[in-house]
Amino acid sequence: MAMDYYREYILDHYRNPRNYGKLDDPDAHAEDNNPLCGDQLAIDLQVDGDHITAVRFQGRGCAISQAAASMLSEMIEDKTVEEVVQLGKNDVLDALGIPISPARTKCAFLSLRVLHRSLALAGLEKPTIDNTDDE
Amino acid sequence: MLTSDSVPAMAKQKTENTNSAIRTAAEIRKDFPILARQVHGKPLVYLDSTSSSQKPYSVIEAMSTYYETYHANVHRGVYEISEEATARMEKARVKVARFINARQSKQVIFTRNTTEGINLVAYSWGNTNITAGDLIVLTEMEHHSNLVPWQLLAQRTGARLEFVPVTDEGLLNLDVYEQLLQQQPKLVAFTHMSNVLGTINPAQQMIAHAHFAGAVVLLDAAQSVPHLHVDVQALDIDFLCFSSHKMLGPTGIGVLYGKRDLLEAIPPFMGGGDMIRKVGLRESTWNDLPWKFEAGTPAIAEAVGLGAAVDYLNTMGMENVLQHEQEITSYALEQLQGIPGLTIYGPDVTKRGGVISFNLADIHPHDLASILDQEMGVAIRAGHHCAQPLLERFNLAATARASFYVYTVREDIDALVQGLHKALHIFSL
Repeated sequence: MAMDYYREYILDHYRNPRNYGKLDDPDAHAEDNNPLCGDQLAIDLQVDGDHITAVRFQGRGCAISQAAASMLSEMIEDKTVEEVVQLGKNDVLDALGIPISPARTKCAFLSLRVLHRSLALAGLEKPTIDNTDDE
Repeated sequence: MLTSDSVPAMAKQKTENTNSAIRTAAEIRKDFPILARQVHGKPLVYLDSTSSSQKPYSVIEAMSTYYETYHANVHRGVYEISEEATARMEKARVKVARFINARQSKQVIFTRNTTEGINLVAYSWGNTNITAGDLIVLTEMEHHSNLVPWQLLAQRTGARLEFVPVTDEGLLNLDVYEQLLQQQPKLVAFTHMSNVLGTINPAQQMIAHAHFAGAVVLLDAAQSVPHLHVDVQALDIDFLCFSSHKMLGPTGIGVLYGKRDLLEAIPPFMGGGDMIRKVGLRESTWNDLPWKFEAGTPAIAEAVGLGAAVDYLNTMGMENVLQHEQEITSYALEQLQGIPGLTIYGPDVTKRGGVISFNLADIHPHDLASILDQEMGVAIRAGHHCAQPLLERFNLAATARASFYVYTVREDIDALVQGLHKALHIFSL
C-alpha cells in the first residue's frame, strides 16, 4: 500500500529535513546522484578526533531519498567514526520503517552511499566497491 | 507554459462528439491481452505508451507463428522454410515502406531502434561529410538519442553544434532557427514530436528551409510515426528514424529511411555477414541497399512483428489514430485542470500529441508514480525522460508524464485523476 510508503514521519523529514545545508570547511565531503531519477545528494561532515561533530546534507529528489538522508543525518550526529562506518542498508530500512520496492532502493540508499563515499575520500574508511561504485 | 487554470478553450470544444471513438478504443482494448491484467489488485491502467506501446494479439501471433512454423535464417538457405522466412521479412520491409510512403523498399533499413538509426547516420554519413568547423544544428528539445551521437561526431571531427531554443510555451523558436540556417549548417537534426512536451514541430517547413540553406536533414520520428501519418516524400526528408516498439510492434527493431543517393554514397556502418558482395582477406565490396547496412543475422521475428503492427495501424487508419489521441488528450487536459497545484508543461492541444508532462505541488514525480502504481494500478513515467537539457531549460529535475495511444480510454484518465487526488491526500495537501 502506498499509504505505507508515505507515513507522516517520512513526509515530515521530506518537508522539514534535519541538518539541511552545508559546512564551511568540512573534513569529509561527497556528492552523487541517481542518473536515472535525477535525485541529487551532497553530505558534509565535521570530524574531531574519532567523533563526527557535525553533519549537513543538501539534496533534491523524491520523499524517500530526501527523508532517508535526513534520518541518516540524525543517526550520525555525535557518533564515533567507527560507529558511522558500521552503518548499513538495514539501518536505513529500519529508520524508514516501510517496505521499499526494488525500483526505489536506489532512492533509499543514495544518502548511505554518499556518506560512505565521503568517509572513504577523507581516508576514514577503507574504500570498497560499496562506497566507491554505484551498487 | 500551461498551468492548471489556463487550459485552452479548445480543449473543451474538442471533447464533444467522441462516443464513436471511445467505443472504438474500448473494442480495440480487447486486442491487447496485457490490458486484461491486474497490478496491485487493480486493473492495469497503462499511460506510458510514449516510452513503449503495448502489443496486439496479431503482432504476438505473427512472431510466434514464425518461430513455430518457418523459423530459419534469411538470405542464405535454398530450402523451403529459409525462403519463406526471407520472403516474409522482405514483405515486412515493403509494408513499412508503404506505411511511410517511401519510393522504394530498399530505402528502408532495419536497425535495432531509433537510436541505432541516428548513430548509423552520425557515423556513416557524418564521418564522410562533416569536417572541422562545420555546423550541425539541433534543438533544445531533443531526446538524448538525437543529441549524444552528434556530440560524439563533433568530438571526432571538430564540428560545431548549435541549438534552436525552446520557448516558454514549449515550441521551437523558429526565428533563431532561421538565423542559424543563415550560417549554412551541413546538417539539421530535430525531433518531429517531443517525448516530453508532446510538441509537434512544423517539420515540413523546417525541412524545406534547411534544404534551401543547403543542409541535409535528419528527422527523429520515434514519437511521430506511431501517432500521425508520416509521408517521407511529402516531407522531402533526407534521413528519418523510428522504433517498432512504440508503434505496437516488438522491441529490438527499428527503421532508418534515407534518400537513395545518400544511402548509396555512404559507407557501411557495421561490417559482417549479409552486408557484403565479395569478401577477400584484405578488402571487401558491399551488398546492395538495404542489406549494405544490415550486418549479421537480422531480427527476423521482430521484422515480421513490425509488419503485423503496420497492418494493424493501417486497418485503424492513421487519421483515426491521431483523432482519437487528440480527443483523449483534450479530455485529459480538461480533467487535469480541476486538480489544485497541478502544472502542465507544453503547448495547447492543437500543437501537441498524446503526451502530457506535469508536476503536482511539491510531490516529486517518483513519489507520484509510486502512489499511482500502488493505489490505482496506473503506470506513468517519472524522471527526466532522456531529455535532461530540455528539463534544465525549464528549471526542472523531473516531471511526471502520462501518454496515450489507440487503446487509451476516458476511464484511464479518470483513474489518473483519482490517483492524483489520492496523492494530494497522502501528502496532506
